[in-house]
Amino acid sequence: MNKVLLLPAFLILMLLLALASVAYGSRYTDWSTVIQAFISFDGSAEHLIIRNTRLPRMLVAATVGASLAVSGAVMQTVTRNPLASPSILGVNAGASLFIVMAVVFAGFSSLTEFVGAAFLGAAFGAFAAYGLGTAGAGGASPVKITLAGAAVTAFAASITQGIMLADGRTFDQVLFWLVGSVAGREMPMLVPVLPYMAAGAAVVALLARPLNTLALGEDVARGLGLRVGMVKLASAAAVVLLAGASVAVAGPIAFIGIIVPHLARALVGGDHRWLLPFSALLGASLLLAADIGARFIAMPNELPVGVVTALVGVPFFVWVARRGNDARQ
Amino acid sequence: MQGNKIVIRNRWFSYLLERKAVLWTAGLWLALLAFTCIAAGMGTLWISPVEVIKGVAGLGDYVTILYSFRLPRVVMSVFAGACLAGAGALLQSVSRNSLASPDMIGITGGASAAGVGFLVLSGGSLGIGGLSVAAAVGAMATAMLLFALAWKGGISPLRLVLIGVALQTAASSLASFLIIRSPHYVASQAFTWLTGSVYGSSWDNVAVLLPWALVLGAFAWALSRKANVHELGEDVAASVGSRVTPERTALILVSAALAGAAVSQVGAIGFIGLMAPHMARRLVGPSFGAVLPASAAIGAMLLVAADTIGRTAFPPNDIPAGVFTAAIGAPFFIYLLVRRRPS
Repeated sequence: MNKVLLLPAFLILMLLLALASVAYGSRYTDWSTVIQAFISFDGSAEHLIIRNTRLPRMLVAATVGASLAVSGAVMQTVTRNPLASPSILGVNAGASLFIVMAVVFAGFSSLTEFVGAAFLGAAFGAFAAYGLGTAGAGGASPVKITLAGAAVTAFAASITQGIMLADGRTFDQVLFWLVGSVAGREMPMLVPVLPYMAAGAAVVALLARPLNTLALGEDVARGLGLRVGMVKLASAAAVVLLAGASVAVAGPIAFIGIIVPHLARALVGGDHRWLLPFSALLGASLLLAADIGARFIAMPNELPVGVVTALVGVPFFVWVARRGNDARQ
Repeated sequence: MQGNKIVIRNRWFSYLLERKAVLWTAGLWLALLAFTCIAAGMGTLWISPVEVIKGVAGLGDYVTILYSFRLPRVVMSVFAGACLAGAGALLQSVSRNSLASPDMIGITGGASAAGVGFLVLSGGSLGIGGLSVAAAVGAMATAMLLFALAWKGGISPLRLVLIGVALQTAASSLASFLIIRSPHYVASQAFTWLTGSVYGSSWDNVAVLLPWALVLGAFAWALSRKANVHELGEDVAASVGSRVTPERTALILVSAALAGAAVSQVGAIGFIGLMAPHMARRLVGPSFGAVLPASAAIGAMLLVAADTIGRTAFPPNDIPAGVFTAAIGAPFFIYLLVRRRPS
């Protein structure tokens, strides 16, 4: 398929999903109301819902979906492992641990307060994983970073579980956050992390070519004059910024970081200059679609978006994985 | 004996053993034995290891305590830990992926979803027995689904792990959804079970797991020569005469069955299946014939240690073993990772 035509096609798909995300919900609103809410706001309940509830939610779903997918693509290239995802760098586990500790020891209770703690935790988890993966003989080999990340993740997760089991009150407060959701997110939660996401996106944009070289293997990349250590460090920083900001706003949403890069690769191949923007578009579209589904599948209740992501994504992903002889490149 | 290798060769078979691997494996199994004796002695009432050995033989004052309370739990930990570690070792070797483990390819997730579903639907009123049956069914159903979806005239390890990840995500999000939707007392019960616990294991549970562990373990070890070849990649394996598809299928099925059997009895205990094989590899080298028994010993020790801490460290609370497997194992693993050259 022609990549140049696919790009606008998926851009339009994402924009349509974004519009649908603003227009449809448990409260019926027609399109003219949606337009009215932005051009002549009158303070009615419909207009308030659209501007204060649905718009932030749409923005959160789109940015988080895109960030997770892009950081997943970067992680899979750097670790040379098709199973890698941002959570392998300890981002989600670190964020969860800090949230639980913030609730238990500092009495945090609102989602807005969680944002800072989660971002700090994500950075801490990634720092520990990357630092331990780099330490010792052999330097930052892909296998070592992957394994150190998995170990840090397991360690942080076990402490989180221990605290939650010991303290029933925390269990109630944190459990919903731990599933990951974009519901009830407001602008004051998204705005503080947007600069981090933008910075991460800028780093990733600069990394597209070096990652293409790195994908040839470290020895070849070094032979071609790539500063491998720098590229890896920059990649890790980008992942922390993007995935850390995402987990801070929406909680740990699984799956998007693993599968979307594979979907994008099946569409446009392994060239990161195409792979990364397509991952962003597909990730945003998938999370927007999942969030719309979350509102309607179990009306009048809402499903956690992580559950719907799996429902929507799994069949699609299985199809893609079965399509070629080899799903990777 | 040649240098640091030991060769056992006769008309039927020929084995090349590395001395370091043999010594480490033997050492690990001895350590496991000592470890179990001490662990069985720990608790509200301290029983010295000597008394434990006497008690196991049916002598001394502590026979009842040991046989009715302590031993079922310790024995269960040993076998469940060994099964999980063995399953992980097989899977990592077939898929040639260092992140592959039963918790990654959906076996654990399927068991968890079925187990949580059982707890939620029964409202927590039915006993542990039904729970392990539900979990075993969930693990088997997921394994079959995984095979059906990944089969395409053969099994590509990459396709298998990728589809496994998809199934794992689907299953675990289903489990968390069920937990969120259920009343609080069921939710925390289900969460405890999800963390994985040896709590409440009886000889009946052990009797369910034991035949699986022994038969599959022996089978896996018999396959270790094949596993070595598969680690070299599909092309090399095929060119040295390995029947790639049937052997792969056998290795993966054994792994799934080992993991399913363990998870059905102790719940979704993470970390062991992923990390024990890596620890073993860093101690005994890459040969699978040594990696498998060494992983099993390490997995067993991890779970025994985790359960002993969970049982004794915070009385009167009994903390699920799954909380501590990573808390104990991860620092040790990171030490090994940083100390040694990567294999």
